Amino acid sequence: MNKKVIIGGVELKNPILTASGTFGSGMEYNEFVDLNCLGGVITKGVSNVPWQGNDVPRVTETYGGMLNAIGLQNPGMEVFIKRDLPFLKQYDTKIIVNVCGRTEEDYIEVVERLGDEEVDMLEINVSCPNVKEGGIAFGQNPCSLEKITRKVKEKAKQPIIMKLSPNVTDITEMARAAESGGADGVSLINTITGMKIDIHKRKFALANKTGGLSGPAIKPIALRMVYQVCQSISLPVIGMGGIMNGEDAVEFFLAGARAVAVGTANFHDPYALIKVRKGIENYMEKYGIEDIHDLIGKVQ
Amino acid sequence: METKRKEKGRVIEQKEIGKNIYSMWIETTISGNGRPGQFIAIYPKGESTLLPRPISICESDKKRGRLRIVYRIAGKGTKEFSQYEEGETIDVMGPIGNGFPLLDKKAIIIGGGIGIPPLLELAKEYKGKKEMILGFKGERFMDKEFLPYGSVEIATENGSSGLKGNVLDILEKGEHRGEVILACGPYPMLKGVAAYAKKRKIPAYVSLEEKMACGIGACLACVCKMKEKDSHSQVPNRRICVDGPVFLAQEVDFS
Ligand SMILES: Cc1cc2nc3c(=O)[nH]c(=O)nc-3n(C[C@H](O)[C@H](O)[C@H](O)COP(=O)(O)OP(=O)(O)OC[C@H]3O[C@@H](n4cnc5c(N)ncnc54)[C@H](O)[C@@H]3O)c2cc1C
Ligand SMILES: Cc1cc2nc3c(=O)[nH]c(=O)nc-3n(C[C@H](O)[C@H](O)[C@H](O)COP(=O)(O)O)c2cc1C
Ligand code: FES
Repeated sequence: MNKKVIIGGVELKNPILTASGTFGSGMEYNEFVDLNCLGGVITKGVSNVPWQGNDVPRVTETYGGMLNAIGLQNPGMEVFIKRDLPFLKQYDTKIIVNVCGRTEEDYIEVVERLGDEEVDMLEINVSCPNVKEGGIAFGQNPCSLEKITRKVKEKAKQPIIMKLSPNVTDITEMARAAESGGADGVSLINTITGMKIDIHKRKFALANKTGGLSGPAIKPIALRMVYQVCQSISLPVIGMGGIMNGEDAVEFFLAGARAVAVGTANFHDPYALIKVRKGIENYMEKYGIEDIHDLIGKVQ
Repeated sequence: METKRKEKGRVIEQKEIGKNIYSMWIETTISGNGRPGQFIAIYPKGESTLLPRPISICESDKKRGRLRIVYRIAGKGTKEFSQYEEGETIDVMGPIGNGFPLLDKKAIIIGGGIGIPPLLELAKEYKGKKEMILGFKGERFMDKEFLPYGSVEIATENGSSGLKGNVLDILEKGEHRGEVILACGPYPMLKGVAAYAKKRKIPAYVSLEEKMACGIGACLACVCKMKEKDSHSQVPNRRICVDGPVFLAQEVDFS
């Protein structure tokens, strides 16, 4: 059974990745999931300097999903390089670093700093709905998206994946902008902006008032967007949004995703990634599929 | 640190011990290495309630491989737990967190409301001398279970038993002379305890709460603000789930 896929020239031994921000740098989940079983680890967003993130409450549960407004808390690239990277290098899995910033210069600084490190790919987060400046501002306008993609691509020594926001009118316009900017791939979807109000306290459930919706509740939207993007560009697509099991992942492959990432499901079950992997294998066995490529984009 | 695991536990006993307050014994191997002040995560069934519920270990019976939780119905998840009958299998993960320090100093153990349950195992295992102060809104629960381990003083907000007031009013009477405070309860109570300990120049260890997602230190949902920069996060935030839930009050930014 072949499960290998290639994205931006990087071969993943299987198409199962961790969704950024839900898995840290793998240290904590390592107690539950053997990182060697994953195609790659997409890390929590890394910025040039440490970020403190938002006030609490930062998460709240919603029906079949959750809202988060972590605000990209992270220890900054130097600590990431000194502590997290050596940890990840012990494993036979690809390292994909999620990069965040407030300004163009912030992104470039991280991308350049990571240039000489053993990192396999970069995922550029231009779609975080929970920070005031930067982030999503780059991801909601096709011109700025194309511009930042081009700038990052110029400096990057690793292939770059642009992470797209679903909080736009036409996702294909964004995907085309990333493609014209020279991206090696796109990943989607980031979370969908939402809100919850505690009627007993008459207060916002999150300190940030709004947060990003993730989990099974967003899967139909994510799947539709992945399909539309796959129809409109020729870059490889990493699909995510509400994947809980192998069947969910297969839907994304059929819609055209070359790899999938699992996020919120990890909170519901720390063994979720293993379950998704096993589920994909079971599906392939059941239908006699020898190569994962025989699934990718094969919806009729 | 001992490893966490997620496994199937089995409900052995379920009892309502107060209004909307339940005591449940669960058969699980997690009981083998849990410490007082640590907690477990219980996963409600079904995918409409995705996130694990953090509930403190109230007692552990290592010999028989069981642990006890005492919880109040607060919403969907705890409501579902209260409906489980003996024999029900449930997904549990743990043990999580650092737990209370077991010192050889005279301790004042202070609990408020649903913060009282984790203190029972603490009272049992704490080796030094100890006195308990427990605060309730009105109805008392579990207070008698502490009697074998030391003196117990009670405050109730409605004055139905003990002192009319809260645990801070008991502390302020100044009759308790401990060398350390160990506390769990609502945030305003812990803030008051922290201020009292500062005034008396004794350390206070407080168990904090925050909304969680992963429960294992990866997502950074559950942070509390600290006075100093934390070496793990590089910012003055620490994770309640794995760096806590018990913190030295003097280090917490209660402002
Ligand atoms: C370390 C720790 C130990 C705890 N120990 C106990 C205990 O021993 N007994 C007990 O009765 N309660 C305890 N709690 C509080 C308990 O976790 C919440 O009451 C419970 O999660 C509510 O879930 P629900 O589905 O009933 O409520 P809902 O309101 O439906 O929950 C929605 C979401 O919010 C979260 N949430 C709601 N209230 C809290 C809260 N106070 N703290 C953290 N998350 C919350 C839930 O986990 C869930 O993800 C503890 C909390 C923490 C952080
Ligand atoms: C708690 C949390 C933190 C996240 N942090 C990041 C992040 O740092 N960078 C990023 O690009 N996406 C982040 N995301 C978005 C996820 O990577 C993913 O795109 C989204 O959650 C949809 O997938 P899911 O439904 O499987 O979780 C975060 C999501 C959650 C729930
Ligand atoms: S709940 Fe995820 S870090 Fe504490």
